Amino acid sequence: MSERKFSVWKGTPEGGKLHDYSIEVDKGMVVLDVVHEIQKLHDSNLAARWNCKAGKCGSCSVEINGKPKLGCMTRLNEYGEDETITIRPIKTFPIIKDLVTDVSWNYEQNKKIAPFKPRERDADGNHRFMQRDVDRVQEFRKCIECYLCQNVCHVLRDHEKKNKFVGPRFMLRLASLEMHPLDTENRIEDIKKEYGSGMCNITRCCTDVCPEHIQITDNAIIPLKERVVDEYYDPFMKLYNKIFKKSKLRIYIIKSYLVTLR
Amino acid sequence: MLDVKEIQTIEHDVLVVGAGGAGIRAAIECAKQGMNTGMISKSLLGKAHTVMAEGGMAAALGNVDSRDNWKIHFRDTMRGGKFLNQWRMAELHAKEAPDRVRELEDMGAVFDRTEDGLINQRNFGGHRYPRLAHVGDRTGLEMIRTLQDFCIHQGIAIHMECIALDVLKNNGKVSGLVAYWRETGRFVIFKAKAIIFATGGAGRAWSVTSNSWEYTGDGLAMAYRAGAELMDLEFTQFHPTGMIWPPSVKGILVTEGVRGEGGILLNNKNERFMFNYIPEKFASETADTIEEADRWLDGDKEARRPPELLTRDVVAKAIMNEVKEGRGSKNGGAYLDIASRQSAEHIKKKLPSMYHQFKELAEVDITADPMEVGPTLHYFMGGIKVDHETQSTNVPGLYACGECAAGLHGANRLGGNSLSDLLVFGKLSGDYASKYCQKNRLESTSEQEIENIIRNATDILNKEEGKNPFLIHENLQKIMNNHVGIVREEKELIEGIEKIETLKVDIQEVKAHPASQYNPGWNAAIDLSNIIIASEAVAKSALIREESRGGHTRLDYPDETKNGLEYNVIIKKGTDGKMETRKEMRSTPPEHLSKIAFSSLEELEENNE
Repeated sequence: MSERKFSVWKGTPEGGKLHDYSIEVDKGMVVLDVVHEIQKLHDSNLAARWNCKAGKCGSCSVEINGKPKLGCMTRLNEYGEDETITIRPIKTFPIIKDLVTDVSWNYEQNKKIAPFKPRERDADGNHRFMQRDVDRVQEFRKCIECYLCQNVCHVLRDHEKKNKFVGPRFMLRLASLEMHPLDTENRIEDIKKEYGSGMCNITRCCTDVCPEHIQITDNAIIPLKERVVDEYYDPFMKLYNKIFKKSKLRIYIIKSYLVTLR
Repeated sequence: MLDVKEIQTIEHDVLVVGAGGAGIRAAIECAKQGMNTGMISKSLLGKAHTVMAEGGMAAALGNVDSRDNWKIHFRDTMRGGKFLNQWRMAELHAKEAPDRVRELEDMGAVFDRTEDGLINQRNFGGHRYPRLAHVGDRTGLEMIRTLQDFCIHQGIAIHMECIALDVLKNNGKVSGLVAYWRETGRFVIFKAKAIIFATGGAGRAWSVTSNSWEYTGDGLAMAYRAGAELMDLEFTQFHPTGMIWPPSVKGILVTEGVRGEGGILLNNKNERFMFNYIPEKFASETADTIEEADRWLDGDKEARRPPELLTRDVVAKAIMNEVKEGRGSKNGGAYLDIASRQSAEHIKKKLPSMYHQFKELAEVDITADPMEVGPTLHYFMGGIKVDHETQSTNVPGLYACGECAAGLHGANRLGGNSLSDLLVFGKLSGDYASKYCQKNRLESTSEQEIENIIRNATDILNKEEGKNPFLIHENLQKIMNNHVGIVREEKELIEGIEKIETLKVDIQEVKAHPASQYNPGWNAAIDLSNIIIASEAVAKSALIREESRGGHTRLDYPDETKNGLEYNVIIKKGTDGKMETRKEMRSTPPEHLSKIAFSSLEELEENNE
């Protein structure tokens, strides 16, 4: 056991400041353990979210020494022994209290996305598809909704363009639907117009902070941008769009065309 | 003065309390039946403990081994539960699980596939055949996200970070529930014809647990206070493999999938000790040599299953015994080795979250070195007593499903039977609660009752001085670990119950910071009033069952008794306000089911229909 210094932001939507604590720490402790120690012994009113404490639920997102991280997966020995560890709430969403922010905007974005629409089952009642199709979307489905990617996205964080772009988390969700082996819905038009795929300028900050190591930019956002480009700016597709407007056949042809492209 | 008329009021036909797998599935069913449905959750949507389920969802699809069918799943569940399960619930579960899995696929879940493109199934403890539909080792996350993304389009009113305080009743029937919003600390009255509890267990009563902060037995305690009966609470599942090092991660789950993928348990002499702990009942179906167990791993269908895949109660007790006899691992557990059994690539593919969990939290590379594991309190087999057909409690209008309901798992739950339980009984409770709503009208709520509930909660904030809720909770965890742990005896239990009594006095004196907005101290204090009831119920049930069976082990009564199979332990709040315990005789099992449960495997395989 040894003592370490911590600095934790406390406040309300009106404002707040850092509070210093000196905490006894044990081997293997993570930042979330420190938050619990503070609640238990120093300040029972320190607001923080957590659930699984195993990196699987994405509740305890905070900014630790300026870096967006999960409190439960950040070990104290990542930092120098004399270094003060500073814990702040994630910046992009409005403060509720202390380390808790209002992330309801994210739930609203999810609801805007056209839901999954499965194809018919085979005659024997099964769906059949290959493991390689599974592997591609499962990378996206690993997402634990910690919203760290939303937190660092420049479009949302610095430019406040929440009305123009759904953010990396929901581009990822869109990718998981668009590449879902059973889905029959077409969201390409919405990806461009409603969800703002053009807003992302591929700085890969979201990918850098993803605790699940999902290649958000390369495997989800860029392919979606390509699909949009294919549909809107490809002369071949433009012609088809004119001929077939918004028929099911058109969607089928676009999908098969995209498969051959990839 | 408190003016009840000023408090926010929301009206629903059905209110679902809890938004894990069972709660969401129940809410979906209610909405489907045209009910005005509300769902409240302690946390944000999608964060419930269901995300921690790793291994998979048991359903006899027969995709990997066509010999499997519902009867064998039923038989495995009964044998795993030491025949104390509710027979009809085990039947419904085994029969309906395949449809619930397919339905989840149609909601968008992407399961791992077989080479033929069907849903793949993996081996798990106590399941005769590969039966668990899975997604790597994060099946629970897949399930909750699928349900979450589906339910937001079903017209369900989802009330997040809303904490239930107590049920309201009129004429003996459910009439609503009082809750408060974490964000503002303000109260809210839900008026509802029916309430479905899907609130999970009370694992937070122990210090070594895989459960999150939410698991404080809220549903058990609210149902108890409302007059509902609880059952089988002595059966608490200690999962054999929790992390044990470093101290701050002690208790975090290591999926049984590691053993399903071929992982073996070793003691400090490098012996595969599980061969020494094969119970007689399972001897004929378990490999008795390393050679045979290895052939099973290589896919030889004639070989019997390795003893590492015996039921959880057996494996947990074996590890405890190795430690007791001085053969434990460095930090007091056992070694779980997958590195020498599968390629690094296979491990990372099939057990990705385990790989990361150990790498990041314990600095162990599981593709190179063994993990250190030990038992961790994981699951409540017991809970609110429900009708085996309809999931209704003895309080009209109150239903329960998922972990907070008792019956399906008997004395011990098989891994993989929880996720399927959530879906099967989530759906059924939604179905029957909706039927109840169609026949009953909204009862009125009593202002006096509401006022009392609110006063109990606000008293904690208004005290000048008082006790620290976090420290009291820690005390409770120590008591449960020491007196109502994995191995129990009369003297310890009696002492534990006395200590719980003393703690009740402390809880009366608990105080929180006066700010009601997002106040963790206040939440912790309110949780205490629930978890103490769940703890007392477990300890008292454990005392009255004088035998060892499944998740309940008594040092002073080390064997299963014939008599033990004849009753369930029931807990009820007495008219004097004290907890009453009684043994309720079990009815004779339905003949067709008892025949299946005691059949040989060969008979059931031939009879595949």
